[in-house]
Amino acid sequence: MVEKKKKDPVLAVVPKYARGNSNKALEGVNKLQNKKLKGSIKSREKQFKEAAYKAASAEILLTEEGGYLEPEGVEKTYQLSQRALQKEVDISTAHKMFTLDLKFGPYSIDYTRNGRHLLIGGRKGHVAAFDWQGGRLACELQLRETVRDVKWLHNETMFAVAQKKYVYIYDNTGLEIHCLRNHIEVTKLDFLPYHFLLASVGNTGYLKYQDTSTGKLVAEHRTKLGKCDVMAQNPATAVMHLGHGNGTVTLWSPNMPTPLVKMQCHRGPVTAMAIGHSGTYMATAGLDGQLKLWDLRSYKPVQEYYTPTPASSLSVSQRGLLAVGFGPHVSVWKDPFRTKQVSPYMNHLQPASAIHDVKFVPFEDVLGFGHRSGMSSIVVPGSGEPNFDALEANPFQTKKQRQEMEVHALLDKIQPEMITLDVGMVGKMDKAPIQVANKERKEAWEAEHPVEAKELKFKARGKNSSSRRHLRKKAKNVIDQKKVELLERIENDKKERAKKRAGNPDEPHTALDRFSGKKRKL
Amino acid sequence: MKVKVLSRSAEESTRQRSNDIHKIQRNLDPSLHPFEKAREYTRALNATKVERMFAKPFVGALSGHVDGVYCMAKHPKKLDWLVSGGGDGDLKLWSLSEQKSIWSTVGHKAMVTGVSSFLEGERFLSCSNDRTVKIWDPTLADLESDSLFGSSSSGLIGSSSGSSGSNNLITPVATYSGKNAFSGISHHRSDNMFATSGSVIDIWDHDRAEPVQTLNWGVDTINTVKFNQTETNIIASTGSDRTIILYDLRTSQPVTKLIMAMRTNAIAWNPMEAYNFMAANEDHNVYALDMRKMDKAQNVLKDHVSAVMSVDYSPTGEEVVTGGYDRTIRLYNARQGHSRDIYHTNRMQRVFAVQYTMDNKFVVSGSDDGNVRLWKARASEKMGSRDYRERAHMEYAEKLKQKFANVPEIRRISRHRNVPKSIKTATHRKSTMINSRKVKEDNVRKHTKKENLKERIPERKKAIVSVKK
Repeated sequence: MVEKKKKDPVLAVVPKYARGNSNKALEGVNKLQNKKLKGSIKSREKQFKEAAYKAASAEILLTEEGGYLEPEGVEKTYQLSQRALQKEVDISTAHKMFTLDLKFGPYSIDYTRNGRHLLIGGRKGHVAAFDWQGGRLACELQLRETVRDVKWLHNETMFAVAQKKYVYIYDNTGLEIHCLRNHIEVTKLDFLPYHFLLASVGNTGYLKYQDTSTGKLVAEHRTKLGKCDVMAQNPATAVMHLGHGNGTVTLWSPNMPTPLVKMQCHRGPVTAMAIGHSGTYMATAGLDGQLKLWDLRSYKPVQEYYTPTPASSLSVSQRGLLAVGFGPHVSVWKDPFRTKQVSPYMNHLQPASAIHDVKFVPFEDVLGFGHRSGMSSIVVPGSGEPNFDALEANPFQTKKQRQEMEVHALLDKIQPEMITLDVGMVGKMDKAPIQVANKERKEAWEAEHPVEAKELKFKARGKNSSSRRHLRKKAKNVIDQKKVELLERIENDKKERAKKRAGNPDEPHTALDRFSGKKRKL
Repeated sequence: MKVKVLSRSAEESTRQRSNDIHKIQRNLDPSLHPFEKAREYTRALNATKVERMFAKPFVGALSGHVDGVYCMAKHPKKLDWLVSGGGDGDLKLWSLSEQKSIWSTVGHKAMVTGVSSFLEGERFLSCSNDRTVKIWDPTLADLESDSLFGSSSSGLIGSSSGSSGSNNLITPVATYSGKNAFSGISHHRSDNMFATSGSVIDIWDHDRAEPVQTLNWGVDTINTVKFNQTETNIIASTGSDRTIILYDLRTSQPVTKLIMAMRTNAIAWNPMEAYNFMAANEDHNVYALDMRKMDKAQNVLKDHVSAVMSVDYSPTGEEVVTGGYDRTIRLYNARQGHSRDIYHTNRMQRVFAVQYTMDNKFVVSGSDDGNVRLWKARASEKMGSRDYRERAHMEYAEKLKQKFANVPEIRRISRHRNVPKSIKTATHRKSTMINSRKVKEDNVRKHTKKENLKERIPERKKAIVSVKK
């Protein structure tokens, strides 16, 4: 009996790790005349293939499995309350469901990239940073002025707070280390970890980028769309998305003073926005009660949902779950982008407290949200990425590792000029024709070497004459016969010239007329 | 309802004892590693900058020669040894690791025109304009002068520095005299046989006072002669009448005669590919030739702005070092047309001899100013042993540099060299001349009738006038 050859199970996973299509890259290679080039392209593609295969076969080392909820019979997952869930899960997970009753709300919250540290900021000036899983408080501040947003910087040692007028940076002991006076009346903060850029937008409608490694203000763009309090970053491209009062969403990079893209998303003001981790999907919510999901490759809506009250906050988890905060409710949708869902995955009600800010915790099945009367944390199975990469974001990071990672991150800091819609652009061949490339080069050179504009000199040619000079030299206040004659002559000459310029309307127009009677230019 | 929630315990992901290494969990999923290309580019840019920052190729100058150094030879088996011959008849043996002379003599009455070492023992040969070829044995000479060879180098230096007095003690093992001045010498790979060039090519046996064979193909002066070290019966020679002639000793017949547009100054056989050799030409270029297909150069190494005086292959056959009359040394990838690096110093004059060391790590140059200079073959390479992590990091950086080599920013940084003003102006002038010639040729072609249009001569054929067999 012939044994059927089993298909390698790794091959099914390979496409996830492949960068680009190798068949497409090898198209037409065989027709190449240059043997060396042909060989090198082929061997390189082979190496890429091998690398993808090896990466795929290393998946066997990823032991952790993602969380899930599996209904049995007539059960529905959205009927499962946190209280019921608490009985089912282990004790350490049960500890992750908690509510902090605080009276300085509503609270905005932020988690570090490894999901280990939490920062909360109450509108009435209460800011606290802590290791929420270990239950260790890093610092707690009462700032006694409005706090609109809080944001961790590259790690848990520093955070930014958007206060009444300026943005302040504190360290993890609560010490104020910087006051960013360029950022005025900021409502939303965001941090681009790979670029070390703190982005802010506020009542003035300016989007500002501050480099937190060098301290320089990299760019400030006037949106010209008024007050803005909805901002989200595209984690795959580092493009900032702003939601405006007229229902548009604009996409910004620090290199362009105008938006890269402008999308009309809603009929009323945009209230909340979130972008998926792959950077292909965006969710927006508007005051028109719509929750729209967009494909960022085509900038077209893929799904449209309806929220009973306008959503106040949105968040997308690492595995693509969408959390929507509206009124006192939080609902979580599973796979809402590609297929139209009829019912949510999970529901939660925070009684008598409007939701202000929802955030999924990275690498955990937990959703945190700040609301009017404090901050709560609920368990959403299947939201977090089960297998972390310790060199990217490590929840069990030691102090030494954190310090080393900080140095490496600074060495690998991506320059703000590289923020574009197309992330794979660098290193690609410029296929523009040589004329276009030369023109671009020339323009770039001219931009770097500006020519100082020469001030044009007013040369009153022909305005000087012997009679005028004579008049000038004469005493101003004496009127004699000669002066009167001269003035008359000048006046007559002037009239004559005007007459000549106008020409005789009866005379036919000749070719030589173009040289006569033209007004002299400066 | 079935419920599964992520719940990691710190014990699983962290080390248990402080002596353990930290657990590093990896997940290669591309979605967890955003900005992959941009970060790689940043790393490549940093690596390129670091490479240029650490590019300090000069290791040391070995001084001692009073006149210029016009010929050098390395020992095929001893990494440390280098023999150099000076313009005043001085011969010196250098220890490259100690960077000093370990043996020295005034071997000839006139300029030493060639030195060659050979596989057997520790002897070497020198030839000179005084019409003699001498075989030297540094160990033997030393025994005679009653100082222990190698054990106390200071004694050796002493013997060499008191030159005129102690030189009497150092006598050659054998002396051969010819009728005319010799211009070059090369020893056979394995046999007791060597070839000298002068007015003719003579093949000598160690045991005979007269040459055993004389080869000539209508040339008045032969500049240099080189034994092929792999195909050991083949000799290449260059003549002052712009020829390169190959001889086969088995038939005692010349094989090929190649006439070039200008004179060839030096020849180096590829140590790995027996049929390939490099010819350093007076027209500022080095031509890679294949002895089977001599009608066309396999490659043209450009960039020198004056005559190329000497050339040597790396032991791998992948790289080439050249020394030029323009006071610079250039390093090439043997398969590419332009140099990958240029070495120069303020005090270095015209370079007449270059050698790649047998460990592929250093380059030695001998120049008119009487110094032998030791350089690193890769300017920014760190010397000494490197641990695994450092090596891995270097390899990664190398690969990244390769990947982004053509990005303008990186290319600009990696290609930038500070060169002497004379070289810079000469390069500029040369490129202007070449460009104007090209423009002229294009214009002529543009305005010539199709039937009168001659075929374009490829760059690799331009310097080749004719081939005779």
